[in-house]
Amino acid sequence: MDIIELIVSGDVRTIARILRDIDDEIPSARDILRELYPHTGNAFVVGFTGSPGVGKSALVDQIAIKYRKEEKTVGILAVDPTSPFSGGAILGDRIRMQRHFLDPGVFIRSLATRGHFGGLSKSTNDMVNVLDAAGKDVILVETVGVGQDEVEIANSAHTTVLVTVPGMGDDIQAIKAGIMEIGNIFVVNKADREGSRKTVRELMNLIELSSRNRNNGDWDPQIVETEAIKGRGIDQLYEAIEKHKNHLRSAHTDKWREVLEKRARIQLIGAIRDEALKTILERIEGHGDSLDEMVQKVVDKESDPYTMVQQILDREFK
Amino acid sequence: MENARKLRILVAKPGLDGHDRGARVVARAFRDAGFEVIYTGCHQTPEQIVSAAIQEDVDLIGLSILSGAHTYSFPRIMELLRENDAEDIAVIGGGIFPLEDIPRLKEIGIKEIFEPGAKLQDITEWVSNSIRPRRAVVLNR
Ligand SMILES: Nc1nc2c(ncn2[C@@H]2O[C@H](COP(=O)(O)OP(=O)(O)O)[C@@H](O)[C@H]2O)c(=O)[nH]1
Ligand SMILES: [Mg+2]
Repeated sequence: MDIIELIVSGDVRTIARILRDIDDEIPSARDILRELYPHTGNAFVVGFTGSPGVGKSALVDQIAIKYRKEEKTVGILAVDPTSPFSGGAILGDRIRMQRHFLDPGVFIRSLATRGHFGGLSKSTNDMVNVLDAAGKDVILVETVGVGQDEVEIANSAHTTVLVTVPGMGDDIQAIKAGIMEIGNIFVVNKADREGSRKTVRELMNLIELSSRNRNNGDWDPQIVETEAIKGRGIDQLYEAIEKHKNHLRSAHTDKWREVLEKRARIQLIGAIRDEALKTILERIEGHGDSLDEMVQKVVDKESDPYTMVQQILDREFK
Repeated sequence: MENARKLRILVAKPGLDGHDRGARVVARAFRDAGFEVIYTGCHQTPEQIVSAAIQEDVDLIGLSILSGAHTYSFPRIMELLRENDAEDIAVIGGGIFPLEDIPRLKEIGIKEIFEPGAKLQDITEWVSNSIRPRRAVVLNR
């Protein structure tokens, strides 16, 4: 079997390796992604985002159990931040997902943001495509959300679940600041704690307020209370996700197409940006110029970034 | 403009006893050395460790030893790596164990054993010098 056949047939070792190559931006990975693309489009992608410690990994663990009961295969991408000091990372989301380690129907991959903003790693979308082509029915993407950056996950998931906990006033503030729009489902986890009902009411009010300018269309954002470590509320969360999926797919809306177009646009723009930048930098080197020298010129005020960009563009695209 | 390949390391603690302080300290040292550490916590069976190592495509498995779990779990981990065509994943161990076990562990293919009291810097330097990220997968057409 060749690489593509191995991936499409679900070969764990090959899938794991290609994900690594994508993450490391190895050029050959692009050839493989290209060949895999026709095999994509069957997976349903659910994003989980929220502040550190709210229980996203615990929720992903539980909802994965639920999907397995429904005989769906599951891919999990769990993104944690890279240390800005060393470039290293400790990826600990697996600790909460140990029960799935021996289940061949669940593939878990931990990712580091590697300096990319927005809570996602730069390669998350490509990795989703690999797991999709590999036949996973559901792909769960866990990202650390901090403020407005959570928007990014909403661009790559079909359903976005925003997770918070009782009494997180700051979280609610962040939600107010504009990310309310991206949540299709709101989870108040750790409902065993005091103030859960109050948080639900606050969320309801916020949803009400933002209902006029939100991109949810005629979808009513759902609020679900959960206690992830005990598996409480998981059935309700599952139902809410299914409901949103059916809403997107129902015949009388073109929502599904919109979601697909949004994802495709983001991926295309990302690919253009990456490739264009890479090509241009290579050509700069090819002309015997070096980026370092250009930087020196800018620092020494012999030139400026704007002139330099214009010169490069004039030379490369005349 | 290519990123250098980043080393990925699974840090795990096989066996049933509870605490994983040592493993956490080593995980942090690896992070600070610029590696990506997949941390799975304690109570890991060899099967879980190998499955996680393969899914995460790590270059190295770092095992924390406490209370003699290594006499069973290390050979079993090596066996499972072989069964899964994953012998290219290196395995090292460190922690608290009888020194006379070292030759036997090396014999079954454990790359390095760090004795109790080994310096963190020695461990991270050994990894930097000895472990290379694997080669890329290419489309064989
Ligand atoms: N009391 C309580 N604790 C929870 C609940 N869900 C998760 N936790 C705990 O919250 C901590 C963080 O959970 P984790 O899933 O790692 O959060 P993440 O950082 O959002 O992925 C862990 O110690 C969990 O055991 C819950 O429903 N109730
Ligand atoms: Mg987590």
